[in-house]
Amino acid sequence: MTWRRTRRRLGRLLLALLLVVIFLYATLPFIWAIATSLRTGAALFDPSPFAALPTLDNYRSALGGRTFLRSIANSVAVAGSVVLLSLLIGLTAGYALGRTSFRGRRLLLATILAVSMFPQVAVLSGMFELIRVLGLYDNLLALTLSYMIFTLPFTVWVLATFMRNLPIELEEAAMVDGATTMVVLTRIFLPLLAPALVTTGLISFIAAWNEFLFALTFTLTDEKRTVPVAIALMTGSSAFELPWGQIMAASVIVTVPLVALVLVFQRRIAAGLVAGAVKG
Amino acid sequence: MTGPGAGSPLARAKRRAALPFLLPLIVTLLLVAGWPLLRTVWLSLTDARLEAGLAPHFVGIANYTYLLSDPEWWSAVRNTVVFAVTSVALETVLGVLIALALNEKMRGRGILRAAMLIPWAIPTVVAAQMWNWMLHDQYGVVNQALLALGVVQDPVAFTADPDLALWTVIAVDVWKATPFMVLLSLAALQLLPDEIYEAAEIDGLGPVGRFFRITLPLIRPALMVAVTFRSLDALRVFDLMYILTGNSAAAASMSVYARQHLVDFQDVGYGSAAATALFLMIAALTSLLVIAGRIQAAPEEDDR
Amino acid sequence: MTAMTSNTPMRLAGVALCAGLWSILTTLPALAVTLAVSCSAVAVEFRLCTEAARQWAEQTGNEVRMISTPASASERLALYQQLLAAQSAAIDVLQIDVVWPGILGSHLVDLSPAMDGATRQAHFPTTIDNNTIDGRLVAMPWFTNVGLLYYRRDLLERYGRPVPDSWASLAETARVVMEGERSSGRRLWGYVFQARAYEGLTVNALEWVGSFGGGTIIDRAGRVTINNPAAIEAIDGAASWMRRITPPGVLNYAEEETRGVFQTGRAVFMRNWPYAWPLVNGPDSPVRGLVGVALLPRGREDGSAAILGGEGLAVSRYSRHPQEAASLVRYLVSRAEQKRRAIEGGFNPTIRDLYDDPEVLATNPLLRTLRRSFEEAAVRPAAQSGSRYNQVSARFWSAVHAVLSAQMRAGAALVRLERDLARIGFARR
Repeated sequence: MTWRRTRRRLGRLLLALLLVVIFLYATLPFIWAIATSLRTGAALFDPSPFAALPTLDNYRSALGGRTFLRSIANSVAVAGSVVLLSLLIGLTAGYALGRTSFRGRRLLLATILAVSMFPQVAVLSGMFELIRVLGLYDNLLALTLSYMIFTLPFTVWVLATFMRNLPIELEEAAMVDGATTMVVLTRIFLPLLAPALVTTGLISFIAAWNEFLFALTFTLTDEKRTVPVAIALMTGSSAFELPWGQIMAASVIVTVPLVALVLVFQRRIAAGLVAGAVKG
Repeated sequence: MTGPGAGSPLARAKRRAALPFLLPLIVTLLLVAGWPLLRTVWLSLTDARLEAGLAPHFVGIANYTYLLSDPEWWSAVRNTVVFAVTSVALETVLGVLIALALNEKMRGRGILRAAMLIPWAIPTVVAAQMWNWMLHDQYGVVNQALLALGVVQDPVAFTADPDLALWTVIAVDVWKATPFMVLLSLAALQLLPDEIYEAAEIDGLGPVGRFFRITLPLIRPALMVAVTFRSLDALRVFDLMYILTGNSAAAASMSVYARQHLVDFQDVGYGSAAATALFLMIAALTSLLVIAGRIQAAPEEDDR
Repeated sequence: MTAMTSNTPMRLAGVALCAGLWSILTTLPALAVTLAVSCSAVAVEFRLCTEAARQWAEQTGNEVRMISTPASASERLALYQQLLAAQSAAIDVLQIDVVWPGILGSHLVDLSPAMDGATRQAHFPTTIDNNTIDGRLVAMPWFTNVGLLYYRRDLLERYGRPVPDSWASLAETARVVMEGERSSGRRLWGYVFQARAYEGLTVNALEWVGSFGGGTIIDRAGRVTINNPAAIEAIDGAASWMRRITPPGVLNYAEEETRGVFQTGRAVFMRNWPYAWPLVNGPDSPVRGLVGVALLPRGREDGSAAILGGEGLAVSRYSRHPQEAASLVRYLVSRAEQKRRAIEGGFNPTIRDLYDDPEVLATNPLLRTLRRSFEEAAVRPAAQSGSRYNQVSARFWSAVHAVLSAQMRAGAALVRLERDLARIGFARR
């Protein structure tokens, strides 16, 4: 009995230790980023943890930059609209692909997946031509639209797999009562799908939030820049100097809201994503 | 087949509904992906360049034969495959392990889970630069720590040493993308009912046996979805290598190769061929993965 | 002025209307136009460029809009290529790197009609040559740059060594100082430079090769010359520094990593651009006041290690207002403007007689040293490689990278390079 208790205690101790290691593994680089963001000048090149007195200068210059706050607002608008649009399209398509059977369903699913198999840089020029034909150059809508190319396949796949596993009885009962497909989708499935929607939405949000290449190419003026581009446009006092402290400060500023978002939604996320995939 | 037989009125009604429901997706994908992708495939058969006033000529598969004869391309293929296989394997194992640990009922679990997601939330470009700084051989904090702990006698040039560069990139990717696997594994784990474990306890299975006999088979389909999407990203890896090691041949991936020709060298035709070849390879590997996953999973699945 | 900084369309329209009315009233033929100008986004550069462009706008009754572009040169080039290949009129005037004229030339306006002979002759001839592609002057030189040798004055004094003027004496001095310092337990390296697989390695390696008289890969007639004994000697010489006086990590150093090592007192010598000078002497720099700067060492008496960097200004062929854009370029590269930029921003002029201007010399003591460098400097083979420059350069830097990482000897690497260059259309003769 004592042996058992010792073993259990030992087990818990090991687990606690493991969790501490995991925590450090995930956060140490970020903590180092925060430490770096509080340094300027030569202290940036000093690897000791207490190189210099911390200063908020980097945060001041990042936020005081010409249009950094504007860029954050742009990023929120773009990422938000990407999430809404891809969830909307993903929901309806997910229903069709997950709940009905028709010839070519597999092929369609495979084609959708194939869209995310091209390297982004190869898609860039064609997308740029498209944006210009549509008259969306230097317009945030260009970003919303072009980001569909990488958020849609993922969203559709996950939502389709998810919907496949909702019990058929729900749907049948409603249909017998004369409910339309739309009603089934919005009244019955939507609430059940909430966790999956939150998870895929968050993944799309982060993808859109962090995207750089399209954002750089499809916008021109500072008023239309998103956060990653704004960070890439940060410069030191001379051409070769990298404003490292300022870049780190800006990165911390834009990462914290994401972490907060994760904290807020994590119950949903944990319950969500692959619930559907688990069975199939 | 899901639900009742294909001929039932419900199935027919739903099939009628399917098209309008698919329409937004098909229209959007045709709009945003149709032209850019077809254009890339078409240009891969031409000698297009970025200069003005040069009309592209059709050259057949010349770009592809040149590609196959380029040792640098093959080195990029090797790097990409080594990178993708190693990093996805490590991320999967680590992700499941961490998810198991985080699944235990513990105080502060919520904070831990949020912390675990930080690497994934930082923009890749910034994360890569950050690691570059931390791994620097002279003023990097990693070498400083290793020296202080006596692990190494001399600083290690992680990103510069041709023998280490690729492994360094893999290590950073593992840091960056493991959270994605943790998230998915955790979700799968949480859906397992407790009764399964109670039954196992009675059968006298140890923790290891319990994992391999009960947990893993149940979460494997979920893992397959995660592994598929991770593999798609890993095979297209670009930012990490580009920032950590520049164009150094020791670690260049197929995407780095494609970009170099497409953008730096202005060889739109040839670069498009490199991109299309990467697409074909990913398509082949993904089909393999899907087939393998399906065959293994078949006993537990109905025909879907 | 304040009205011009506002971006509301109404204001813009108003300003344009006023300017337009004004130009009609003064019977000028053209209406006021708005030019989009992309100069560097770097703080001082951006300010100087904006001020000058606005001044030009005021004098000519036109309007300018500043476009900021990424700080990283390769990203900026990729963006320009994308815009120009799509024939976009989004940018009228572009600031381009010294090696881009060949790459972007087909998309740029020939500026020779807009620049009279006297204007052109005022500049260093190499800089004008470099911007002339197939007889078309596709850009005007704006400022120039050259690599320098930074050294630790205190350490050289402690060991009684002169500032090295040859690579051999640099290696020897580095060895002596390193041994001395390491015996007292300090971690110190001899020489750091830029050896990451990128454009910077091409510059560094051409400096070594040039200093032995080994040419610049492809000569003006378009012949590949790189496989020669002087080049082999120079590159093998550099490889012999590795791990002896140069840390192995240098294979992944660009400018900032190099500065980080030198500025924290971990190296005796550093090759870098002039930008590092104020930074290593900054108030928080550990080596403040201990640093000297000199021309890069030579391999042979008659060799020159100077390879020009710097930037120029070009006009897009797809600009709707090429006349006005050319006029703006003429204004920005003018003697008066280059003088102002030299004094206020420390930019090295491309106009020769500014190096005799006492006001300019007074602000920047390095200029006297630099002038000699600029006079004899070579340029990278950008003009003769045309749109293939990046490819030539990438082949070259990867060959050198392979030699430095001890995978090959220079002889074999250059034979292979020659073959690779032939494959992309550059022959030995």
